[in-house]
Amino acid sequence: MGNEPKIFTKTYKWVGTRPVRPDGVDKVMGRAAFGADYQLPGMLFGAVVRSPHAHARIKSIDTSAALKLPGVHAAVTAADFPDLPSEVSAGGEAPVNFRHVSLNVIARDKVLYEGHAVAAVAATSPGLAAEAAALVTVDYEVLPHVIDVLEAMQPDAPVLHDDLYTSGVDPRPTTASNVAARTGFTLGDTAQGFAAAEVIVEREFKTEAVHQGYIEPHAAVATYAADGMATIWCTSQGQFMVREFTAKLLGMDISAIRVIPSEIGGGFGGKTTVYIEPLAVALAKKSGRPVKLVMSRVEVFKATGPTSGAWIKVKVGAKRDGKLTAGEMVLKYQAGAFPGSPATLGGMTGFAPYDIENASAECWDVVSNRPKCAAYRAPGAPMAAFGVESVLDELAQKLGMCPLELRMKNAAKAGTRALYGPKFLDIGYAETLTAAQVHPHWSMPLGPHQGRGIASGFWFNVGGPSSAAIHINEDGTAEVVTGNPDIGGSRASMALMAAEVLGIDYAKVKPMIGDTGQIAYSFLTGGSRVTFATGKAVCEAADATIAELKKRAAKLWKIDGQHVEWRDGQAWSTLDDGTDRAPLPLAKIAANASKTGGPISGAVSINAAGAGPGFGTHICDVEVDPETGGVTVLRYTAIQDVGRAIHPAYVEGQLQGGAAQGIGWALNEEYVYDAKGRLQNASVLDYRMPVASDLPMIDTVLVEVPNPGHPFGVRGVGEVPIVPPLAAVANAVSRATGVRIDALPISPPRLLKKLVDAGKV
Amino acid sequence: MAKHHVSMTVNGEPVEFLCETQQTLLDVLRDELELTGTKEGCGTGDCGACSVMLDGRLVCSCLVLGVETEGRHIETIEGVAQGSELHPIQQQLLEDAALQCGICTPGIVVAAKALLEQNLNPTETEVRYWLAGNLCRCTGYDKIVRSVMNAAAKMREEA
Amino acid sequence: MARVILQSELARRYTGGQATLTIVAPDYSSLIAELERRYPGLMAAIGAHTAVAIDGEIFHDPLHEPIAADSEVHFMPLIGGG
Repeated sequence: MGNEPKIFTKTYKWVGTRPVRPDGVDKVMGRAAFGADYQLPGMLFGAVVRSPHAHARIKSIDTSAALKLPGVHAAVTAADFPDLPSEVSAGGEAPVNFRHVSLNVIARDKVLYEGHAVAAVAATSPGLAAEAAALVTVDYEVLPHVIDVLEAMQPDAPVLHDDLYTSGVDPRPTTASNVAARTGFTLGDTAQGFAAAEVIVEREFKTEAVHQGYIEPHAAVATYAADGMATIWCTSQGQFMVREFTAKLLGMDISAIRVIPSEIGGGFGGKTTVYIEPLAVALAKKSGRPVKLVMSRVEVFKATGPTSGAWIKVKVGAKRDGKLTAGEMVLKYQAGAFPGSPATLGGMTGFAPYDIENASAECWDVVSNRPKCAAYRAPGAPMAAFGVESVLDELAQKLGMCPLELRMKNAAKAGTRALYGPKFLDIGYAETLTAAQVHPHWSMPLGPHQGRGIASGFWFNVGGPSSAAIHINEDGTAEVVTGNPDIGGSRASMALMAAEVLGIDYAKVKPMIGDTGQIAYSFLTGGSRVTFATGKAVCEAADATIAELKKRAAKLWKIDGQHVEWRDGQAWSTLDDGTDRAPLPLAKIAANASKTGGPISGAVSINAAGAGPGFGTHICDVEVDPETGGVTVLRYTAIQDVGRAIHPAYVEGQLQGGAAQGIGWALNEEYVYDAKGRLQNASVLDYRMPVASDLPMIDTVLVEVPNPGHPFGVRGVGEVPIVPPLAAVANAVSRATGVRIDALPISPPRLLKKLVDAGKV
Repeated sequence: MAKHHVSMTVNGEPVEFLCETQQTLLDVLRDELELTGTKEGCGTGDCGACSVMLDGRLVCSCLVLGVETEGRHIETIEGVAQGSELHPIQQQLLEDAALQCGICTPGIVVAAKALLEQNLNPTETEVRYWLAGNLCRCTGYDKIVRSVMNAAAKMREEA
Repeated sequence: MARVILQSELARRYTGGQATLTIVAPDYSSLIAELERRYPGLMAAIGAHTAVAIDGEIFHDPLHEPIAADSEVHFMPLIGGG
């Protein structure tokens, strides 16, 4: 511990190159099969009946009129699903309460948000299914609802769950409320730290719920055979998650379900749970026919995702030289209809880039009548960073200090203790700041109404259960099978790592994604874990394959295995017995495989530890139109410690895409509700994610401080880039206008009002 | 409900199909003709994933009814490559790593091809405004915009 | 002796406010057995669904991970991601 991190200098033949991705041709030609592209003979089409109310008791559901319609073959309600007990299961990385998952997939006694599923039907055409869904009559007793997180915490707020008692407070409450949990972290003594401070900045912030916004809506096709076996073709961030969750919700054995992953058209965390898959299986079971369910965009907005809107208070204290003495954070996050917001993760990440001796975070998880939040890229971290990084910007202004220098002065390094407990090992945060300082963007002149913002961000990155199998073909080419859907080019990374370790050409390695019956368990494609954890499994599978190849070479040479080495894709004899043995290339060993013991392969399953934390620093220039409040992003640079970029172009893509999502979060995106708790902007047009003409080019700098926990030094890269942009944009607008931005999105009417209120226009 | 009989051409080939009144061209392409390369992202003409050419004009196929296409000529993503030879835009998108999940890619290819057919030397701003109707949530557009300009440059050299 | 560092909330409830505990244990499983012996209820409060940082490296679902004489151990919430 405590070693000075080194910038990566070792070069490889394949790792670090930018070849065309193996699945690319299918994707540019429209041949790649995504979730909605599957058809089966005799297939029915499903439609989901959804609540028009934000909060209501279900008095009765009548599907008889729908079922009388010719061509309608099945209808299901919560009565067709087991009533699961409330218990928290591991469910992989994040604990999952399957009762909540079940009630979210299909409401039982109450609907808790507009769009909450109450029934589903299957018919011979999509049009007929829609007609049948409209014929399902649900008798509701409408209840008072609550949307806002602070209002939901009030003692007189309408209560969503009468069995929800706040955890983490003493004494344990005796009345139910919407406050699901309080968690907290403390380091040192903040009172002492603030007493030692010479400057203190404190501010409250607000962010709105935003959706992951993947372009592909959820889609699934399911069959259910008379022997009780189900098959699901669907889009998700994990076929094993879909299998486990569906089995749990339907009371089936895991082995009774096979999940075949389609290509996935974006997820960003939003496809890490189930919504329609159990409904499709239940409809297939009832009708005895394959059933396809595809969400509309409106359903995606109203019933999936989003991530939490948040209320955050941040206070920091510093010496006049900029050294931070204390930091304090209170975070209140919307969980949506069921507990489980990422408030705790916000509390753990906000101060992580900084070496602060005295710090604390108090995190509140609050339910309200909104769709249950789902993971979204670095869950919980962007909002917390918005607060912390804005306050640091204000502190820099108060101290008359360069905001980059302020961060440099307090940057976490190897050995710095994080607020959540452990000390960091090798990390590259300071290196991102140095890279920002020397980047031409940092010193470019600004014009009138223009401002430059800077902000940093952190994400843990994770590992977890991962499997990989390598099969050597008869001609010396190789198949690399993994269990993680390829959401952004990971097949290329797997192939590059396998080629590097095996010592053969990238073009000779064919990566594929196995279904749940073809490869051992692998946790979700999420948390920036695939290139790290599944990549580690691929490297180890390649090592196992090489061990086997060496054995086979020894057999062919009739020598002992210990005298064989593997280099450059060939076996070399190290035995000095006077016999000249030419190296045996992989293809030659493969051609003789049956003579030496049969097919050659290597398969491993690991629980990957050693994920390396990631840090990023973003620079953003904006121009504000004082007449309209409109903000234009002029320049944007994203800098990140990526450990080691296996395929640098796709790593840059992660940085650019994360930055773009963060810019949308900062400037436009939000869930807008009316007085009845109904979502007002459930369309792509009105929700308004960034389009090509909204953005400039997004420059990237890949800093490579290797992660010692991975054979090539990989760190996860997908989460970090969405953490800094909220504050980078807000700080730029604050500096352009002289008005501190404390609420997102910075949409034109909001900013204009702020400028008018401050007397700036 | 009686279905409508419609004849049109898709990628130069005459096709006939039966469709319901409310079925869109996108529904027809995907569900009746099994041409699933054209994607549905929103169904309201806001995301561009379903971009096709209708009599030489770029349209969102989710905003055209199947019954409206009688006698019309449709070009879809499936007709962009010549057999197994990629169009320069497709090739360039691959070389520039200008796709991540790939769901928006067919729409981007069709839209970018339409742009370069009328302007083989577009500025960055022209590319950005032309593609403003094609949402991509993965890439931040940087590599897509560069790639379309790179493809244009290569096509100019070859012209 | 390895040091186990608890969040103050847990320490307040189960260890009489003592946040840093010193424990001799060769590996994680014996460490938690010793913690449970000394502070009944503590491991139940930490829960089965937890991550553990041993000398800064985060483990999900560990069992016999080795603990060195000068190791530092923290319990953390499980971390997923998007």
